[in-house]
Amino acid sequence: MGRIESADVVVIGAGIIGAACAEALSAAGVRVIVVDRGAPASATTASGEGNVLVSDKEPGPQLELAVASRRRWPVLLDELRELIGPRLASVEWEVKGGLAVATTAEAVGPLAALTAAQRASGVEVEDLDADRARELEPHLTEQITAVSHFPDDAQLQPVLATAALLAALRARGGEIHSGVTVDGIATDRSGAVVGARTGADAIPCRAVVNACGPWAGHFSATIGAPIDVLPRRGMVLVTAPLPRFVGRKVYDAGYVDAVASPEADLRTSAVVESTAAGTVLIGSSRRRTAFDDDLDVAVLRCLARGAIGLFPKLAGVPVMRAYGGFRPYTPDRLPVIGEDPRMPGLWHATGHEGAGIGLAAATGRLLADLFTGREPVVDPGPFRVDRPEIALEA
Amino acid sequence: MRVRVDGAEHVAERGQTVAAVLLAAGRGSWRTTRIGGRPRGLFCGIGVCFDCLVVVNGVPDVRACQRVVADGDDIRSQDGAELPS
Amino acid sequence: MRRVVVVGGGPAGMAAAKAAASCGVEVVLIDAAPKLGGQYHRQDARESGDRFKLPDGVEHLAESVVWAIEPILEGHRVHVRTGPADGPDRTGRAIETRALVLATGAYDWTPPFPGWDLPGVYTAGAAQAMAKGQGVAVGERVIVAGTGPFLLPVATSLIDAGSRVSAILEANDPVAGFAARPGGALAGWTKAGELAQYGAALARHDVPLRRRCAVIAALGEDRVEAVLAARLDEDWNPVPHTMRRFEVDAVAVGFGFTPQLESAVAARCEIEGGFVAVNAAQGTSVPGVFAAGELTGIGGADLAAAEGAVAGAAAAKRLGAKVRAPIGAMRRARVGRRFAAALAEAYPVRPGWRGWLRDGTIVCRCEEVAYGEIRHAVEDLDVGGARSLKLATRAGLGLCQGRICGRNVAELASLPDAADAFARRPVAVPVRLGELAEDVPVDEAP
Ligand SMILES: Cc1cc2nc3c(=O)[nH]c(=O)nc-3n(C[C@H](O)[C@H](O)[C@H](O)COP(=O)(O)OP(=O)(O)OC[C@H]3O[C@@H](n4cnc5c(N)ncnc54)[C@H](O)[C@@H]3O)c2cc1C
Ligand SMILES: Cc1cc2nc3c(=O)[nH]c(=O)nc-3n(C[C@H](O)[C@H](O)[C@H](O)COP(=O)(O)OP(=O)(O)OC[C@H]3O[C@@H](n4cnc5c(N)ncnc54)[C@H](O)[C@@H]3O)c2cc1C
Ligand code: FES
Repeated sequence: MGRIESADVVVIGAGIIGAACAEALSAAGVRVIVVDRGAPASATTASGEGNVLVSDKEPGPQLELAVASRRRWPVLLDELRELIGPRLASVEWEVKGGLAVATTAEAVGPLAALTAAQRASGVEVEDLDADRARELEPHLTEQITAVSHFPDDAQLQPVLATAALLAALRARGGEIHSGVTVDGIATDRSGAVVGARTGADAIPCRAVVNACGPWAGHFSATIGAPIDVLPRRGMVLVTAPLPRFVGRKVYDAGYVDAVASPEADLRTSAVVESTAAGTVLIGSSRRRTAFDDDLDVAVLRCLARGAIGLFPKLAGVPVMRAYGGFRPYTPDRLPVIGEDPRMPGLWHATGHEGAGIGLAAATGRLLADLFTGREPVVDPGPFRVDRPEIALEA
Repeated sequence: MRVRVDGAEHVAERGQTVAAVLLAAGRGSWRTTRIGGRPRGLFCGIGVCFDCLVVVNGVPDVRACQRVVADGDDIRSQDGAELPS
Repeated sequence: MRRVVVVGGGPAGMAAAKAAASCGVEVVLIDAAPKLGGQYHRQDARESGDRFKLPDGVEHLAESVVWAIEPILEGHRVHVRTGPADGPDRTGRAIETRALVLATGAYDWTPPFPGWDLPGVYTAGAAQAMAKGQGVAVGERVIVAGTGPFLLPVATSLIDAGSRVSAILEANDPVAGFAARPGGALAGWTKAGELAQYGAALARHDVPLRRRCAVIAALGEDRVEAVLAARLDEDWNPVPHTMRRFEVDAVAVGFGFTPQLESAVAARCEIEGGFVAVNAAQGTSVPGVFAAGELTGIGGADLAAAEGAVAGAAAAKRLGAKVRAPIGAMRRARVGRRFAAALAEAYPVRPGWRGWLRDGTIVCRCEEVAYGEIRHAVEDLDVGGARSLKLATRAGLGLCQGRICGRNVAELASLPDAADAFARRPVAVPVRLGELAEDVPVDEAP
């Protein structure tokens, strides 16, 4: 590798979050270099199912960011198409809608409470009866006690989306360097960032963005500005390709509860959806572990049972693959987006847990807004770096 | 043993695989791909390529080269991706 | 009670089971096929009974697939489904062990070429397996193409099963290759006599063997009607104006073998140069996991059996059994490995095969991904890395999980470690969701 030139900003991590930040910064005229120790979109982003959801967010800052991001994605995709052409910008965007399904009497109350709160926050929700739900999704179980439909839930293909964001960056003169690990930050006498260290070299810059996903906590600790981001493992089962089986994202009403749960122990709740290729993806599990990716058959069994509970016909369908990833988890379940007051020029954009794909568009935008001093797209306060739940002692 | 292949009766020997029955019946292909609709049959012969998929007794995605026939099996060509009946 | 679990019932797995059992430990041998033997000793499935008998103390789980291997404290849990292939009517069982022998063998490697997805194009191994195991000839007029000594028994079996073999096309020039090696390393190889017999049989049937030739396209609408063959230069680029058409209804293609790595990868064994890395006792990088046979290198059935015997003894020793050092088997394995190296040198794979492809040539057969789409991802989207390349193109995401296309895609995209870039398959073979949902009995680690 030759010497890397200087830039205004070095983004560390070429997952969807780093790519979205880099794209948004470059659109604002900032000169950006993205580096990744691996290949772009090869870590957590490659595990993402690509849901761009509003339905599973609890009202509050999380939902606000989700709504902004859901609004931003189609606009951003139009901008990308304009810049790099339709072929490179095709990311399998689809507004498919989501169905939250309660299958027990006990689940009806909590689902109603959630939808009421979401409605109050401006999310479109439609309550369906069981017959109407099965009209929409004919293979759905007959054991339905309540169903809510979220027509705005959408999906895209995370790897293609990341590639498109990076292609836009390149089109604007930015650079992407694979196989480059940042192992330190160079600072001036005042403690402000002047470069990103890569072994013996440093890339001169006036700011860096920590977009290291589940490794963001580790990275921040090595540079002496630790934030509390931990890996939370998730597994997904992939079936053989099927003829059209499920049109929407369908999930057990217990899902939101599992997402929001702070527990380190295993939580699973059924999430079933199709991909453009015809495979059905079955999630979701959550367990806080170290970066331990050993197979756990008990988790797969839980996922299988949950999916059959929603769609009995799946029992006869082959599972051809299982994969996992580590969601970047924060203790207060909110991402970290902004500059680190402990080190001027150090920015973080991470901690999106199981929603980084969906939240990427608004995250990039918010970071660029804050960087350039524009009016921010959402209130940045809840995501700031120096909140007590996040900033750890050095 | 008697089996049905796309509705027609065939005699099969104990121990034969579904693929062997199909080839012996003069069939070089017994499934179509789900995107291009192209014909496929046996390729690797030992269970690794998943090209030889067939529907056995209503269950799709069965590898014909791996499945040993049983008396009375209803064997049917697979048309792209199918759901179990 | 001490239990060795052996996965694979070919020459390596059978030898491992015998060796371990002779040391007084209990053995469970698991194999997907209804009968023992693996590829080399494939038995005619239509005959009743099993030609091989394993000693007392070996439980043979036939028609049983290992679909997952789960690391547990101080060992592994091996997940098995037993019954008619691909379910759903199979029974489940999980077996824990502290001494695991992996002997899952290998399968043919075939480079993609225009028309290779037509019915009538078979791997050489498929032609062999159908002839040996089922008594079925894959075609009436067949051409055999590829590289390596395996092409000879394949052609012979085809003739025995009733095919007419138009020619054998050998992409290398092994005679030149051997001659260039001081001492002629293949002399003294036990297989040499076997090969000479095949040679004689083929000569009797007037089957021409053409060196430095290959099938570079298969022609036909819905099945193979003919193939185009060409002379190759040293790098396997077709020599201009040497194209020749053969009217055939089948072609058997084999360019060597790729190990069946997923069980070893699931057990976290280190892979080196595309094979499971082992020490002199067939121990992998993971304590308590041993590997034998073609999983560790391609060298034929004798070598596989020798390695199996060593692995079985080592596995028994691991469980505390009194074991006499398998000196004879270790020596045979050493000798076998020398011949394997000579073989690999005489029958290399040359990069020119990439030039046989056209943009429209299917590379991933499952997901029908063409060469042009892979080029687009690499050249225009700048996608690198196996995982993102798979997700961007869908190559390798189909039911075979990249067994057939993985190495080819990785090489075409110049990914590092092409041989095992796609070998991570935690679910080794598909299981039905209903099977996965079941509680299964667990034989706990003794
Ligand atoms: C199973 C599963 C399903 C999911 N489904 C969805 C979904 O449907 N919708 C949704 O919105 N979200 C989903 N998510 C969550 C989503 O995938 C993540 O939130 C998102 O991908 C995080 O992106 P990222 O860019 O922060 O992290 P990553 O994609 O992990 O990128 C971080 C990058 O940083 C690099 N890096 C780390 N350290 C260094 C260093 N020191 N130097 C250089 N590079 C470095 C890494 O190599 C990596 O490429 C899912 C997650 C999982 C695990
Ligand atoms: C199709 C084919 C035909 C061949 N025919 C010949 C021949 O005729 N002559 C010759 O000299 N060489 C032949 N070879 C080469 C052959 O691979 C070796 O010479 C020899 O058989 C290798 O022995 P092994 O024990 O390493 O593996 P194999 O003999 O391949 O045995 C591996 C066994 O593991 C089992 N297995 C793999 N994965 C699983 C799993 N997940 N669960 C359960 N069981 C599993 C398989 O069913 C198989 O029986 C052939 C190779 C192939 C691929
Ligand atoms: S022919 Fe390859 S799996 Fe059956």
